[in-house]
Amino acid sequence: MFRARSIQSSLSIKDKILSIDYILVISIFILGLTSILAMYSTDGGELKYHTKSHILRFFVFFGMFLILSFIQIRFWHSQSYLIYIFFFILLLGVKYFGLVSSGSKRWLDLYFMNLQPSELMKIGLILFLAKYYHRTSIENLNRIRYLFLPVVVLIAPIILVATQPDLGTALLIAAGGLSVAWLAGVRVKFFAFSGLAFLALLPIAISFLKPYQKSRILTFLNPERDPLGAGYQIIQSKIAIGSGGLFGKGFLQGSQSYLDYLPEKHTDFIFTLFSEEFGFFGSLFILFLYAIIVWRIIKIGNVTRSNFGKLFCYGFGTAFFIYVVVNMMMVLGLLPIVGSPLPIMSYGGSSMMAIMLGLGIVMSCKVYKDTPVN
Amino acid sequence: MLSPSSGNTVIKSKLISRRMFLLTAAKAIVTFGIIGRLVSLQINERTKYKTLSDKNRFREWKLAPERGVIRDFFDKEIASNQQVYQVHLIPENSKDIEKLFVRLKTILNITEKKLFYLRRVIVKQKPWEPIIVSDNITWSEFSRLNLFLHELEGVKPVVSVARMYPDNSSAHILGYVSQVSGKDLQTKKYLKDLHVPGMSIGKTGLERKLDEEIIGKIGFQRYEVNAYGKRVKQILINEGQAGKSFKTTLDFEVQKFTSELLKDKAAAVCVMDVYNGDIVSLVSSPTFEPNEFVHGLDKTYWNSLIKNEMKPLTNKTIAGLYPPGSTIKTLVALSALENGVIKPLDTFKCEGKIELYGEKFHCWEKDGHGIVNLRKGIKRSCDVYFYEVARKLGVDRLSETAKKFGLGKKVLNGFIEERAGVVPNTKWKKKFIGQNWYLGETLHSGIGQGYFQSTPLQLCLMTAQIANGGFEIKPRIIFDKKNNNLRDYIKYKNENPNDPLPTDLLVSNFELKPLFKNQEHINLIKDAMFSSSNEPGGTSYRHRWENKKFTFAGKTGSSQIKRFTEAQREAEVKQESLPYKDRDHALFVAYAPYSDPKYAISVLVEHGGSGGKAAAPIAKKVIKKVLERHELRKRIDSLLGEQV
Repeated sequence: MFRARSIQSSLSIKDKILSIDYILVISIFILGLTSILAMYSTDGGELKYHTKSHILRFFVFFGMFLILSFIQIRFWHSQSYLIYIFFFILLLGVKYFGLVSSGSKRWLDLYFMNLQPSELMKIGLILFLAKYYHRTSIENLNRIRYLFLPVVVLIAPIILVATQPDLGTALLIAAGGLSVAWLAGVRVKFFAFSGLAFLALLPIAISFLKPYQKSRILTFLNPERDPLGAGYQIIQSKIAIGSGGLFGKGFLQGSQSYLDYLPEKHTDFIFTLFSEEFGFFGSLFILFLYAIIVWRIIKIGNVTRSNFGKLFCYGFGTAFFIYVVVNMMMVLGLLPIVGSPLPIMSYGGSSMMAIMLGLGIVMSCKVYKDTPVN
Repeated sequence: MLSPSSGNTVIKSKLISRRMFLLTAAKAIVTFGIIGRLVSLQINERTKYKTLSDKNRFREWKLAPERGVIRDFFDKEIASNQQVYQVHLIPENSKDIEKLFVRLKTILNITEKKLFYLRRVIVKQKPWEPIIVSDNITWSEFSRLNLFLHELEGVKPVVSVARMYPDNSSAHILGYVSQVSGKDLQTKKYLKDLHVPGMSIGKTGLERKLDEEIIGKIGFQRYEVNAYGKRVKQILINEGQAGKSFKTTLDFEVQKFTSELLKDKAAAVCVMDVYNGDIVSLVSSPTFEPNEFVHGLDKTYWNSLIKNEMKPLTNKTIAGLYPPGSTIKTLVALSALENGVIKPLDTFKCEGKIELYGEKFHCWEKDGHGIVNLRKGIKRSCDVYFYEVARKLGVDRLSETAKKFGLGKKVLNGFIEERAGVVPNTKWKKKFIGQNWYLGETLHSGIGQGYFQSTPLQLCLMTAQIANGGFEIKPRIIFDKKNNNLRDYIKYKNENPNDPLPTDLLVSNFELKPLFKNQEHINLIKDAMFSSSNEPGGTSYRHRWENKKFTFAGKTGSSQIKRFTEAQREAEVKQESLPYKDRDHALFVAYAPYSDPKYAISVLVEHGGSGGKAAAPIAKKVIKKVLERHELRKRIDSLLGEQV
């Protein structure tokens, strides 16, 4: 303990700055710039509201990410439960004071921005479970009584988010949480049992789905079912991506988005727009950037000494990967349309804030990789 | 948990790393899955999606081309175009079609039936394709529409051009245009890439014959449109190409004059240049109003046309079939001379009837013509004489001559309504009726009755080919500058009167096909026709022109509809006292002027009675009109000659 503390205290500012993972920082920065280009294109090649606001958000949260990197890993560890509880209270706040927009209640009005606590909860849950499993000994790991708390902290926010209703985010929160639990060593059989239980409950769950959610799932199974209605988004997205070809139609030349055939082009379908304008190689470029980011996060997980750090990095890295692929598979017509933003690329402050928060904690794991958390 | 041993932590750490490794492998697989999908969409199927993207992006509106005009020989437009006011509707631009219809009904005169039809069209078409609510509204309706336009979303007032016929005298030969039908689209291949909603196509006559060329090439406007159907910018505009215009050989003045003459009669007149086959006039009566067809036909008008027993829709000049009657006698005589069956001065005695093969054959002159030779036979149109000639000649030799002179086959190209008629012979009867030829039928054929069927145009062609000295000509209605060999030949003959050109050289030097063996025979027939029209006792003597300029040589004919019974014959029943439907068709063929033949004419008056009384007076007037205009026509001819 003493030695560790001495290592920690011996870290000079210069050491800290040098120990930052620059590949990760640069990748995020390049991705951010790319996303600004894409946003500029969605505004029809003019510096309008979306672009301006995206630029502002990116730089503010990118700065936040850099600052968070220097916060001690011990702080994150010690405050994990509190952070989770804080986010959970925000979620409850949404339920009672939330803003209603197009039929769902997802946002809290903070005057300077509309906050979507469900996005933050993605990080909060990972943080909570990383700490929980860090502290659970390997013998207790698979005891039923030790499974009780994780299940509660997993289910409670999911129910809140799913009833907003925001099925996509709820599923993504669950994906992050389950990843951590699995990585911590929870036996496969528990996942299998809960999977079966989920399947058994599925018919009941479906009966609770809103009609538009049902139709989205049906549409995914057969997009041509209603080409002008629910299938429209998938079809138009596939047309946009496919028509991009190898090299794309060129920057600001994406006719599908320019002529408004592409729905939600700022948010969920930003990849489609980029892919239409920059083609197959452009898509590979984006995919490559994300691959580097995920790789660096996991790499940090490898080098960080504490299991808390490992669990958080691996959990967040996996969740980040899932956010990316779910969004891409969705716009490529491989998954039903569930609202899920593409990290960093999509327009949206809460998502950007959550991702940068996660990345900040990861970077803190890097900077304080040898520091024990307790 | 309070103080986890470091060993425990290491085990846990290893477990986490192992599981992370598994997850990483899964991630790699998913990533490759996404790349695979990108390859499939952006590389393998990129053409498909590019097409789909363009389909999204572009919308095309086709523009109907302007139809070519048809002119007469003097360049007067006989089928022209006029400006019309139309109402189009683009369904996707209208928020509520039904409301719009209600509003439109108050402004325009639209029936419920029309609305029903429009609703059906809207369902079938793409929402941005315009439908034509009304293709010809009046100026006052049009201005009212423009006044209320702000509350008629989706409605587009359009100024367009449509077919207009200045006169209905040429309605039959010009034909008419009308909306494209589903059947047209199936049967006419040229319409496949040409069809624009609301476009008219030729249905009959020249309009139909020339349709493919006269219709023009469609234009189109291509716009880039956004997802809400709003036009963003024009990408391409192609005005299309107006259809080709055509000049015909018809003389509009003669058409009008003749049409006026034939008013209230079921009749037909053909006039043809005997040297080059130019059809100067082709009139069928009663006529119809072709302008009525252009913008959707009124049902009551259509019914009145269909029910009229004078058949106003039939072009009698090329689609009416009539027994040629006595007009065929010229060919019977010619055939007999050519085949050496008779000599011009051979005589027969006519006692009003003869009995052959146990059947009585009557002459139209109950008391008989006495001693008759060829000239008198044609002049008085003696039936008995021609019974004898036909008997000697036989029907097969007669049919050979008749076919050579253009009977029994279509003489114009590309008119779907034209009919070929019948020139009977033994083979024909065997084939089409399945019976052997009776000798009595030869006698009927000899006076142009029985199975004989011909169109007035065929009779005109026959007469023209006799008048020009017996040379084959091809009737034509589309103006053609080509040099006329027959004229060159006549010129040559006039300049070298003592140097008769052997028949076989005609073909090589002038590309002419003589229809005779001995031209003297043709001259004999021409002379006999002269006597028929200009000598006392001739069947059309009463309607001759004394003025040499107009003197014509002709042959009357009447084709029997119903055989006279013996009782009627005894009672000397007059044609005028028979019911209209039972009266003979009156026929008259002629060429003029006699001394220097220029034009041939055929006149048919359905149920007109005798040719001399009903048809010859019409021919007389038309001949004068045509010859009066000959100088004008020649001037144009020579002008064009210089151009070539």
